[in-house]
Amino acid sequence: MSDTLLQIRNLDVDYLLDKGEFRAVKNVSFEIGRGELFGLAGESGCGKSTIAYAITRLSKAPAWVAGGQIILDGQDLLKLPESEMQKVRWKRVGMVFQSAMNSLNPLMRVEAQFHDVLHRHTGCSKSQSRAQAEAMFKLVGIPTSRISDYPHQFSGGMRQRIVIAICLALRPELIIMDEPTTALDVVVQREILEQVIDLQRAYGFSVLFITHDLHLMAQLCHRIGVMLKGELVEVGDVKQVSQSPAHDYTRKLWNAIPQLPRQSRLTGETA
Amino acid sequence: MSIAPHFPIIASEPVIQLEDIERRFGPIQALRGISLSLVPGRALALVGESGCGKTTCARIIARMDQPTAGKLRFQGRDITKTGTAEDERAYRREVQMVFQDPFSSLNPVFSIEHHLSRPILLHRHAVGKAAVSDAVSELLANVGLDPALTRRKFPHELSGGQRQRVNIARALAVRPSVLVADEPTSMLDVSIRMGILELLAQIKQKERLALLYITHDIATAAHVAEEIVVMFAGQMVEWGETNAVIGDARHPYTQLLLSAVPDGSRPFVIGESARFLEQAEKVRALSRPTSTTVEQVGPNHFVRPLAAAS
Repeated sequence: MSDTLLQIRNLDVDYLLDKGEFRAVKNVSFEIGRGELFGLAGESGCGKSTIAYAITRLSKAPAWVAGGQIILDGQDLLKLPESEMQKVRWKRVGMVFQSAMNSLNPLMRVEAQFHDVLHRHTGCSKSQSRAQAEAMFKLVGIPTSRISDYPHQFSGGMRQRIVIAICLALRPELIIMDEPTTALDVVVQREILEQVIDLQRAYGFSVLFITHDLHLMAQLCHRIGVMLKGELVEVGDVKQVSQSPAHDYTRKLWNAIPQLPRQSRLTGETA
Repeated sequence: MSIAPHFPIIASEPVIQLEDIERRFGPIQALRGISLSLVPGRALALVGESGCGKTTCARIIARMDQPTAGKLRFQGRDITKTGTAEDERAYRREVQMVFQDPFSSLNPVFSIEHHLSRPILLHRHAVGKAAVSDAVSELLANVGLDPALTRRKFPHELSGGQRQRVNIARALAVRPSVLVADEPTSMLDVSIRMGILELLAQIKQKERLALLYITHDIATAAHVAEEIVVMFAGQMVEWGETNAVIGDARHPYTQLLLSAVPDGSRPFVIGESARFLEQAEKVRALSRPTSTTVEQVGPNHFVRPLAAAS
């Protein structure tokens, strides 16, 4: 990658516990290029979500960024005052979490939630945010007629798409997706992620994609990092990590997911 | 109208039989024409998207819900109608459930020992302190947990996988003949999923349990179950022996499910999303109309033909 968007340098994150501190992220360094889809894989508790929270400076006590740099386009986010950081969140770095579909306010119509976010960050009028919301709905494949519905009127997959749509409306440079489809069934998962690829192509944002499913990650990402117990044990492009993993743990992670026998996958293609 | 043939076709006697089960919630028909059997020592997987009726089906089998029409048989006896409190209790002893969320299904203020000794005492499988304690140890060892380390612990001191193992042990404590596992691994980390699946396969064999495995992931279903039933919109659309359903899928919805299983060797293609979305919608629309006809496409493989497009 010639043009680097995000650089993580020697990041340490601690959890302060009664028994002392526990280093959840140990000296992690990687970078994400502009327009790159970068995946971070690993089992629960390996520190991958802790990194996501650290990037957006949303780490809450007892988590504590103990050292390192998080450089977004030449600027160290860890040194920014909180008021500046608020302009980075959503506007420059969007976030979609596993439970994102539950982060919609159940009492507000979806249109109003678009307006809420867009107005805060861009100061746009109601009619502007409505037009923007309609455009985004089209983009993520939801009929625009449903724009004034309430969250409960949508399926889980649709709600997750709405959160992605709100996220995209601000044209962020980087979108962090932390297990964005783990709560959804496989068909909906593929629908959403194929859309992410096409939207990425259209808008050129970068993605930090976090999941424990290496197979899924390999279908989506350009480069993959594998984490084990707070350390980044392997980083490489998809081809290398999938065909000749350097670390033993990566190999184990590949085998941790039940796969269909070969021939059935081929018949599945004809669907 | 043809009656759905008895499924699965197998020599041994089923424990549970569903015959033409229907369930309506007001205007919504959640289940229709569900006919299947659970057989000792075998696992049957119900596969489908959220809202397809698989959990409703499990709730009917566990008698947490009543069908609107159709019959539920246990060891050949029709038990559709609510029986006496004693009958109900006897049935619960035979049919146990393991749920999706290992975090909310254990009581945080009680130790693991308490969780496991209660069903043992309640069903009088052991009498006396020493005997109950031994039974708890045996249950824990059975699900791959160290009895000495685990018994005094509280749920929050265990990982998700360990908690799910405790849930399985608790279900086994009453010595059931049927175990209904509703998405038992979907909230667990990948690194421990395989372990739980293997545990289920192992106890199914050892205890001669009839296992109903419910999932939206057809790949794990293929891993665990001898028979697969694919459901869509409350109907069984394709069912049969696992190898037949997976290797020779006939119904477009089964094929869609198979094509969506994450496979690292097949990266997504840029510019394909609209096509996939459209195709998935088309398959859903095609699969939605209900039909009562069943086509046998193999010795133990059935498919519901699509209703002819008008």
